[in-house]
Amino acid sequence: MQNRPNSSSAPVIRLSGITKTYQMGSTEVRALAEVSLTVARGDFWAVMGPSGSGKSTLLNLLGCLDRPTSGNYELAGQDVSNMSDDALSDVRLRYLGFIFQSFNLLPQLSVLRNIALPLYYQGWSSDRSRERAHELANRVGLESRMHHRPTELSGGQRQRVAIARALANDPAVILADEPTGNLDSRTGTEIMNMLSELHAQGKTIIMVTHEADIATHANKQLHMRDGRIASAGEIA
Amino acid sequence: MFQSRFLRNLRLGLENVLLHKLRSLLTMLGIVFGVGSVIAMLSVGEGASRQAMDQISRLGSHNIIISSEKPLADKSASASGRKRSLLYGLTYADHHRIRETFDTVKTTVPAKILRKEASVGPRRTDVRLVGTTAAWFELVERDVVAGRTLMPEDVTECNAVAVVTEAVAHKLLAVEHVLGQSLRVGSDVFEVVGVVRNRGGEGTSIQSPDRTSDIYIPLPVARERYGDTEVRIASGSYSREDVQLHQIIVRIDSLKHVEPTAEAIERMFQSSHKTKDYQFHVPLALLRQAQATKRTFNIVLGSIACISLIVGGIGIMNIMLASVTERTREIGVRRALGAKKRQIVHQFLVETVVLSTSGGIIGVALGLLIPVAITYLTQMPTQVTSWSVGLSLFISIAIGITFGIYPAVRAANLDPIEALRHE
Ligand SMILES: Nc1ncnc2c1ncn2[C@@H]1O[C@H](COP(=O)(O)OP(=O)(O)OP(=O)(O)O)[C@@H](O)[C@H]1O
Ligand SMILES: [Mg+2]
Repeated sequence: MQNRPNSSSAPVIRLSGITKTYQMGSTEVRALAEVSLTVARGDFWAVMGPSGSGKSTLLNLLGCLDRPTSGNYELAGQDVSNMSDDALSDVRLRYLGFIFQSFNLLPQLSVLRNIALPLYYQGWSSDRSRERAHELANRVGLESRMHHRPTELSGGQRQRVAIARALANDPAVILADEPTGNLDSRTGTEIMNMLSELHAQGKTIIMVTHEADIATHANKQLHMRDGRIASAGEIA
Repeated sequence: MFQSRFLRNLRLGLENVLLHKLRSLLTMLGIVFGVGSVIAMLSVGEGASRQAMDQISRLGSHNIIISSEKPLADKSASASGRKRSLLYGLTYADHHRIRETFDTVKTTVPAKILRKEASVGPRRTDVRLVGTTAAWFELVERDVVAGRTLMPEDVTECNAVAVVTEAVAHKLLAVEHVLGQSLRVGSDVFEVVGVVRNRGGEGTSIQSPDRTSDIYIPLPVARERYGDTEVRIASGSYSREDVQLHQIIVRIDSLKHVEPTAEAIERMFQSSHKTKDYQFHVPLALLRQAQATKRTFNIVLGSIACISLIVGGIGIMNIMLASVTERTREIGVRRALGAKKRQIVHQFLVETVVLSTSGGIIGVALGLLIPVAITYLTQMPTQVTSWSVGLSLFISIAIGITFGIYPAVRAANLDPIEALRHE
């Protein structure tokens, strides 16, 4: 944790020569090919590209849910490319927050307990984590829905719960795969405003999206094509 | 921290069990009936064996009972209707020798047993007349209802007194006014000095030395009045039997000497009796046998129970595997948020154990109710043992763990990415 850079331009993520191939029977699918990328602290990246270009694969790798076939991945100063499953779980627990297209809340738990879930795995006491979950629910404007089940919420509200949950462990990087994909454009904008606000507060965010106007909320854009980076940089 | 995590998983498990109440109940059913039937079956077995043990111990586990028996070869001869006189059985000398030879023998009771008809005034009944000594009442324990039992003086002074069983008293006299009455057997008259209680021991395979309709008189009196010869005339055949003693009950000083002494006495008899005109009963050996039978019974029941519990366990495993599939996405989410594989294993394992233990607890309740119902409906004795309750609870926990591991490991080994994509 001491390694976490504190200057806003210091890289929190450094990918070099990342390749990911899937074996499909006798054929080999190359989902990522020689991807190199540096993400500075406080960046808000929008990852774009046609379907099948490797966006989700990239995000899964960044999220330590998968390991690269070759290449190096450094997250918050640690080389995570060849870590054990347990160690990767720990990295996800401490440094990463996830927001999914389909929310992925646990239906049997209340909003509050969904938000507190990462804290449970961090070993927080239930009192402390309830307090923190309260705070986060307030922060995403769900103070009146804390004891509801996810199924009793609208799509936008569910995604706000997911954002609160992603913030629970105060992650170094937030990863979002098409967070507005299941929302109408008005709620989508609402969610994007929330992410912009987090960005303004200094959070590092990497978001996959198909929609150009959603991507404008980010300050950097990455275009993928056939598993390669076609272009990367600040929005003009 | 482990403890609090365990408690939270426990809570989560309980919540999940309660979330699908009907499904959980159906899942548990195998365990419920398995455990319920184990406890119930064992209680029936235990009840029956307690009853048997009780009967055996009433014979006295310290006792050896030796009876006269007509030798086998001569049984057929007498059945042919030939007129003959037969001399066999235990003798006064046998009794004396047992008493003198063995240090381990504490008391001996000789008994002369005759079938007679007894009467008081106009009322008459068939009885078993037992000529014995005062020690009979020490060895064959019965409550005294009224008066007293035979005393050593009755034997030494040849008093014409009789102690009767309740049944005899009922048939011949009113129980309250029985003491001091004159009881007539043939031409002989005895004064009734006591009444002892009957105990149900008849109609079972294990025979107690006493019978329902017994009259006890001092042995020398019986010998003097009736001699050692019994003449029977039945349907044209005539038989004469010379038997000195019909029974000798031997009490041994300690349990560990019972069987060796019985063997020693038997060896002594083998050399002193020309034919095998005696029979040994060692209640302790019967007790051993009953215990062995009970063990076999328990093993058979245990195997049946094991099978039903395994079936129950497979049922649980089946549902847990379905649950893992159903909750694939949840597993993916938990993994993405940082849960380690072993934490997923733990979660699902605790859930299975909660399920199987709940089934076990319901099964115990069922297992406590069934024996009550059985006893109520059939009067069969039942006895729930605490170890059977403990054992079946332990087994249901063990089943939860055994049959929970595979689904739990399968859940933990799901690829998080695939799990998150799962519909
Ligand atoms: N588990 C897998 N096994 C085999 N091939 C895979 C696997 N996951 C992804 N791929 C392949 O890798 C390539 C990139 O997939 P990816 O999901 O990253 O695309 P994407 O850019 O996210 O597309 P979309 O916009 O449709 O979500 C695709 O050709 C896909 O078929
Ligand atoms: Mg994708």
